[in-house]
Amino acid sequence: MAPVLSVEDLSVSMTDRDGKLVPVLENLSFSVDRGRTIALVGESGCGKSMTALAIMRLLPEGFVVTSGRILLEGEDVLTARNQRMRALRGDTVSMVFQEPMTALNPLYTVGDQIAEALYHHRNLSRREANEQAVEFLKAVQIPAAEHRAKTYPHQMSGGMRQRVMIAMAIACKPKLLIADEPTTALDVTVQAQIFDLLAKLQEETETAIVLITHDLGAVAELADDIAVLYAGRCIETGPSQEIAARPRHPYTRGLLACMPHLAIGQPKPSVWVDLGEIPGMVPGLGNRGPDCAFLARCSYASEVCRSQPQPPLGAIDTGHAVSCWLAREIAA
Amino acid sequence: MSTVEQTLIVAPTEPSDAGITANAAAPGTTSAPAQPVAKAASPARAALRQFLRSPSGVAGAIMLLLLILVAILGPILWPTDPLEIVGLPFAPPDPDALLGTDYLGRDVLAGLIHGGRATMTVGAVAAFITIIIGVSVGALSGFFGGWIDSLLVKISEFFQVLPPLLFAMVLVTLFGPKLTTITIAIGAVSWTPAARLTRAEFMRLRDLDFIKASRAAGAGNWHLIMRVVLPNALPPIIVSATLAIGVAILFEGGLSFLGLGDPNTMSWGLMIGQNRNYVLDAWWAVTFPGAAIFLAVLAVSLVGDGINDAVNPRLRRR
Amino acid sequence: MTLLTHLFGRLANAAMLLLAVLVLNFCLIHAAPGDPVQVIAGEMGGASAEVIAALRAKYGLDHSVLQQLVTYLRNVLLGDFGYSYYFNQPVLGLIAQRLPATLYLAFASVVVAVVIGTLLGVVSARRPNGLLSHIVTVLSLAGYAAPIFWTGLLLLLLFGRVWPVLPVSGMADVVHPKAGLAYVLDVMTHLILPATTLALVFVAQYSRLARVNMIDVLSADYVRTARAKGLPERVVIFKHALRNALIPIVTVVGLQFGNLFAGAVLVETVYSWPGMGRLVFDSILRRDYPTLMAVLFFSAVIVIAANIVTDIVYRLIDPRIRGGAR
Repeated sequence: MAPVLSVEDLSVSMTDRDGKLVPVLENLSFSVDRGRTIALVGESGCGKSMTALAIMRLLPEGFVVTSGRILLEGEDVLTARNQRMRALRGDTVSMVFQEPMTALNPLYTVGDQIAEALYHHRNLSRREANEQAVEFLKAVQIPAAEHRAKTYPHQMSGGMRQRVMIAMAIACKPKLLIADEPTTALDVTVQAQIFDLLAKLQEETETAIVLITHDLGAVAELADDIAVLYAGRCIETGPSQEIAARPRHPYTRGLLACMPHLAIGQPKPSVWVDLGEIPGMVPGLGNRGPDCAFLARCSYASEVCRSQPQPPLGAIDTGHAVSCWLAREIAA
Repeated sequence: MSTVEQTLIVAPTEPSDAGITANAAAPGTTSAPAQPVAKAASPARAALRQFLRSPSGVAGAIMLLLLILVAILGPILWPTDPLEIVGLPFAPPDPDALLGTDYLGRDVLAGLIHGGRATMTVGAVAAFITIIIGVSVGALSGFFGGWIDSLLVKISEFFQVLPPLLFAMVLVTLFGPKLTTITIAIGAVSWTPAARLTRAEFMRLRDLDFIKASRAAGAGNWHLIMRVVLPNALPPIIVSATLAIGVAILFEGGLSFLGLGDPNTMSWGLMIGQNRNYVLDAWWAVTFPGAAIFLAVLAVSLVGDGINDAVNPRLRRR
Repeated sequence: MTLLTHLFGRLANAAMLLLAVLVLNFCLIHAAPGDPVQVIAGEMGGASAEVIAALRAKYGLDHSVLQQLVTYLRNVLLGDFGYSYYFNQPVLGLIAQRLPATLYLAFASVVVAVVIGTLLGVVSARRPNGLLSHIVTVLSLAGYAAPIFWTGLLLLLLFGRVWPVLPVSGMADVVHPKAGLAYVLDVMTHLILPATTLALVFVAQYSRLARVNMIDVLSADYVRTARAKGLPERVVIFKHALRNALIPIVTVVGLQFGNLFAGAVLVETVYSWPGMGRLVFDSILRRDYPTLMAVLFFSAVIVIAANIVTDIVYRLIDPRIRGGAR
């Protein structure tokens, strides 16, 4: 069976003030099957949100896809006509954004904002669309849904708003749901509820999910696969159990070590690389050479790392690939 | 003032320079830390450099300088007395009177050259009065807050209810159409925008850390207002002062048009006001002074926009 | 309910402001050089000795200033804004005759300015560096800098001399009076030039404002959400973006209404529109102070009314402030 989404060799660049192209995302490839979840993990600025927007073809002005294909059920969205793209958005592929406060229009009721997707994609009457909107509010476990449908975003809590965003995204039963940091703006307890909700909805609808996050630990349970991005490059990818248990890239290890608990039923990594936080900063846009982007922050860095360009992703185990010269030495 | 304090004052305006580079990063990305351009000697100089890069701002500045130059050198350039009758009324433009004569037979070109003095002086002085009142009210209001703020806001609200031009009209009618009265009246009725702006700036700045630091260091209110907060609130105030000159020039014209020009001093507004009823007989007597007002206001607002862009780089792309 | 309480508060505030305007008027009469009775009578009104004496008695000018103020306020509250000796008519009647025409002109211009200005802003915001964007920028600069009476006179020259296709004077054809629908059409044709002249300034301002706001709003998250839902572009622009961009425009329209009203007075004198403009002009010429004071008072009434209307519109557009907290 063909994957729902298959991203092949995707590169995105930004046009800077002098009109030069600065790479933001380089040669990213991944795919998701029906009912499966992939998590794109990395610090802010690593290109994960740009990946999501590229799939939706909603890249902000100044950003361009410079190479690659994005196949949605076999159809390349990058070459689709605008009208076709509009028909796909909200219907076949939909998106949950990070900030439910600003992502919802303050001037319309939440019911209206859910109903309009149905109205435009499903040829429903306004009334039917409104009725279905209430059903979807119930589906995302909002109490008193009939009443809530008539309220405005500012009258709701953050968690409620994010539920509304999810209801909006699933209204047309999409094949693919992209969730861009859906819980970052929320309390920890609410975070768990939202992840549970996503898992439950996925069970019912078999939607493929691309989950974007900076919090590796939080998604380990929900995701089937993980791709770790650093400075616009994918540096490690594989099944989430495998990555959580045996991270090979120093950066992934650092990310995991930043997490005090790993609710995954696996023993702790035997060696704690005690970073607390990873020292240093992601190299700025335009300051990324062919060298390993993590070089300056890497405590393992050796002569080979300094003299060679960053290696391509190399398979180290079934489905587990790492972009690191020392991947074999850094054993789990 | 100690050097430490000086750097504190400069601090918040500094990002204007860095902001230009940060500007390149489109929204949505966390941009790379801005690469500071060669460190500017002072924010004012940096702003000037930025201003010189704006073609429309420079064009406005050149226009304005030319107009001022003509006003200063007027009597040398064209010694004809603008109030003196030099020929027949309604004479069309010809070599004797390059821009024709008005309804009394006075030279229109002389009126333009000499009238610019009066009009631009009224504009500048009235704008100065506007800014002094507006900034004082806004600063007290925004700095102290509380009942002082409530009171001053109420007063501003009262002034906003009166259409400025009509208010000025009543004042000038009551106190007589003399150039001084006209200037003071214009200044006295149009200060509310400047007050609103200054108040907002002061409220924003009041709670910033470096102000709190100065306060904690024992600086008095007067010192804080004049030496710490005001310098940082200055850029938008300068912009609004420039724009106020344009408004004042337009008001001088409007008042003259309603018959409230000073008949003893030639000004652009007076020329229009006195000749308006004969526009169909002598288009030149009205069109040229109107064009002069248009150019002067255009020049001033181009300069204002240029300054605004220079001190406010984040808005540059608009 | 909250809206009603809010409105009630606004009206109470309005009453206070208008009272303050009256006190200001009173102070101005007394601050002006010369005898207040001359001011009240109007310097060129040609008031006789008996009239002067009668006025002295009526306004209690021999009593203390405070008592005079009370007398003045009581007169106004009873609808007595004084008597114009030049027009030989109570001032209130004069205003009542002229105000409708001015309001008519002002409203026509506001509608034109808001609709055209917003549309220009919206269209040019789609391409911030396109040709239309540059035209809007130039137009807004020119519209701001051109004195309104000057544009009026130029249009008068154009349509009165060069290309006489539009009436340039008055509100209706007095030589061949029309009736019924023909009259309405006649008035509307007469309205075209004055309304256009007045609207030009504000089209310039609103298009610039609308453009900036739209550019802002188009980059907002909720517009991206609307696009992510696959909504047609016109729904994204007109439903999701425009309504948000309108909020600041409504505010400015409200704030600018006083200037618009003053602009109407200027434009009327250009095109002999039979509104307040001519009245103001003649009153200035004759130093008819009671009329001018009343004009100032009623323009304040109109500005306050416009502010209240703006406030209501604002609440209709934005549910966030409907709760009454502000």
